[in-house]
Amino acid sequence: MDYLLIFIAAVFVNNIVLAQFLGICPFLGVSRKVETAVGMTAAVTFVMTVATIVTFLVQKYLLERLGVGFLQTISFILIIAALVQMVEIILKKVSPALYQALGVFLPLITTNCAVLGVALMVIAKDYDLLKSVVFAISSALGFGLALIVFSGIREQLELTHIPKSLQGTPIALITAGILAMAFMGFSGIV
Amino acid sequence: MKSIKILLNGIIHENPTFILLLGMCPTLGTTSSAINGMAMGLATTFVLICSNTTISSVKKMVPDQVRIPIYIVLTASFVSVIQMLMEAYFPALYSSLGLFIPLIVVNCIILGRAEAFASKNSVYHSFLDGVGNGLGFTLALTLLGLVRELLGTGKCFGFSFYPENYGSLLFVLAPGGFIVLGLLIAIINHIKEKKNV
Amino acid sequence: MKKLKSSLLNMFLSLTLTCVLAGALLATVNDITQAPISAAKKEKLNLAIKEVAPQYNNSPTDEAYMSAISAGDSLKIYPAKWNGELVGAAVESNSNQGFSGMIKVIVGLDAEGKLLNYKVLEHAETPGLGSKMEDWFRAANHTVVGKNLATTVLKVSKDDGDIDAITAATISSRAFLNAVNRAYMAFSGKTADTDSATEATTSASGKVKH
Repeated sequence: MDYLLIFIAAVFVNNIVLAQFLGICPFLGVSRKVETAVGMTAAVTFVMTVATIVTFLVQKYLLERLGVGFLQTISFILIIAALVQMVEIILKKVSPALYQALGVFLPLITTNCAVLGVALMVIAKDYDLLKSVVFAISSALGFGLALIVFSGIREQLELTHIPKSLQGTPIALITAGILAMAFMGFSGIV
Repeated sequence: MKSIKILLNGIIHENPTFILLLGMCPTLGTTSSAINGMAMGLATTFVLICSNTTISSVKKMVPDQVRIPIYIVLTASFVSVIQMLMEAYFPALYSSLGLFIPLIVVNCIILGRAEAFASKNSVYHSFLDGVGNGLGFTLALTLLGLVRELLGTGKCFGFSFYPENYGSLLFVLAPGGFIVLGLLIAIINHIKEKKNV
Repeated sequence: MKKLKSSLLNMFLSLTLTCVLAGALLATVNDITQAPISAAKKEKLNLAIKEVAPQYNNSPTDEAYMSAISAGDSLKIYPAKWNGELVGAAVESNSNQGFSGMIKVIVGLDAEGKLLNYKVLEHAETPGLGSKMEDWFRAANHTVVGKNLATTVLKVSKDDGDIDAITAATISSRAFLNAVNRAYMAFSGKTADTDSATEATTSASGKVKH
C-alpha cells in the first residue's frame, strides 16, 4: 500500500517536472518529438534507478558510518557522473542497438538535476532501500509522462501560427504552465 | 574597457536566464517570492565567482581529458561550503530553498561558464565574468520572484500593495512559474526585435 | 608554464590532488559551522517550547521523553515544570493526513490538557490556503487556543465539530486538528481510540476537494 502511494504521489501529485521543477532542461530541450522523448525517458529511468541505489548505499554505509555527511553533495554528483560514463561504455560493448537508441541522451543526464534531486530526496525523506527504488522509478516515470505528453502537444504546436515573440521557448513554457495546471487536478488524491 | 564589457555581457547581452535559457530548474523552483529568488541568485553567484576564479587559476595544471571531473569536484565543494554556511547563519532561508542549494552543482550556468570562459581567460576576467553572470542570474530570479509574488499575493519584499484576497494564487504555484517566465521571455524577445528593425 | 599533458600519471595526480584539497576544505568549513548549526537548531526548538508551554524553570529539552500513542507511533514530549511540579508540556506532534505530506506542529498544554498555544514547525500545504493554519486557528471566531482537550476532541464543523475549517482547505484543517489531538493523547498517555474515531470520520466523508 505504501509503495502504491509513493508511486501515485511521485507520478501524478508531486510530478517531478511539473510540480517540483526538476529536470526542466531536458524537458524543454528534447521534447520536440515524441520519439526522442521516449528515448530520453528510458535513459533517465535507467540511470535514476541505478544512481539512487548506489547513492543510497554510499550514504548509509560509507558517509554516515564515517561521519562525513558533509561530503554528500560532492560524492553524489561524482557517483552520478561516473555511473553515466560507465553505462555508456557498457551499453556500447554489450548492446550496440540500445546504445544507438539511448546513446545521445546519456551525456545529457549528468546535468539533469532530477537525478541528483531524487538521490538527495530519498535521503531527506528517510526512505528505506526498497521505498527509494520505488520512488526513483516512479519519479522517472513521472518525468517520462510529462515529457511525452508535452512533446505530443509541441508536435501540434509546430503546425499553428504563433506570434513572433512567443515562438520557441516562451510558448513552450506557457504550454508547460497549462499542463502543470492540469496536473494540479491530481493533488489531494493521496 | 574590456572589463566592463565582460561584466555587462553576463548581465544583459548574454543573460543566462532570459537569453541563453540556462539553469531553468532553480529559476522556476525558487522564485515563489522575490526574496527567495534573490537568495538563490546570490548563492549561485558566490559559487560561480569561486569556481570561475579557481578554474581559471588552475587551468594550466588540469589535463584536458579529466577537466570535466575536476571542474565538477571544485564546483561541488563550493556548493557544499555555501550549503553549510547558509545552514549555520541563515537557517530560515536555508529551509525555504531546501533541495535547490545542493542542486546548484548541476546548474548548467556554472559548468557552462567554466568550460566556455574560465578555462580560456585570465583570472581577473574570469572573476568579472562570474560576477556578471551571477548578477544577471540574480537579477532575473529576483524579477521573476517579484512578478509572481506581486500577482499572487499582492506583496513583495514584505510590502503589501493590495489586499491578498485579490491576488491570483496560481502565480505562486507551479503553473504560474512557467507562465510568468514564458511571458517575460516573450517581452524580452519583443524588445530585441524592435531594436533590430 | 606549459599545459599539462593528459598522461595517465598526470590525470591521476591532478584528480587525487583536487579531491584531497576539496575534502580538506569541506572538513574545515564543516568544523567551523557545526557548532552554529546545532546551536541554531537548539535555539529554534527552545524558542518554540518557550512560546507554547506554560512558564517553567526546568530544562524541557533535557527531560524530553517519547510517549507512544500506538505501536510504532510515538511523539516527543518536553515537560514543563515549575519548582519540580509538572505544570504542562510542549508536545512535538504531527499528522500525515495533510493535503501534501506531513504537518509538524508543537503544541503547548497545561497539566489539565488545556491548549495554551501552538506553532506550526513544518508543512507542505498549498501556499495561501492550507498554509494559513499558523494564524487561522488563533483568530477569535475559530480559535483552538483555550480548548480543553481532556473533555473535547477537536473536529472541524464539517465533521460535526465546533472549529471552522480554513476556507477552501478542509483537509489541511483536519490534519492540523488531528495533530493537536494526537499531542494531547501522547501527553495524557491515552490510547489511539479517539484517533481512530477522527480517522473514521475522515474516510467516511471522503477526501472532499481541498
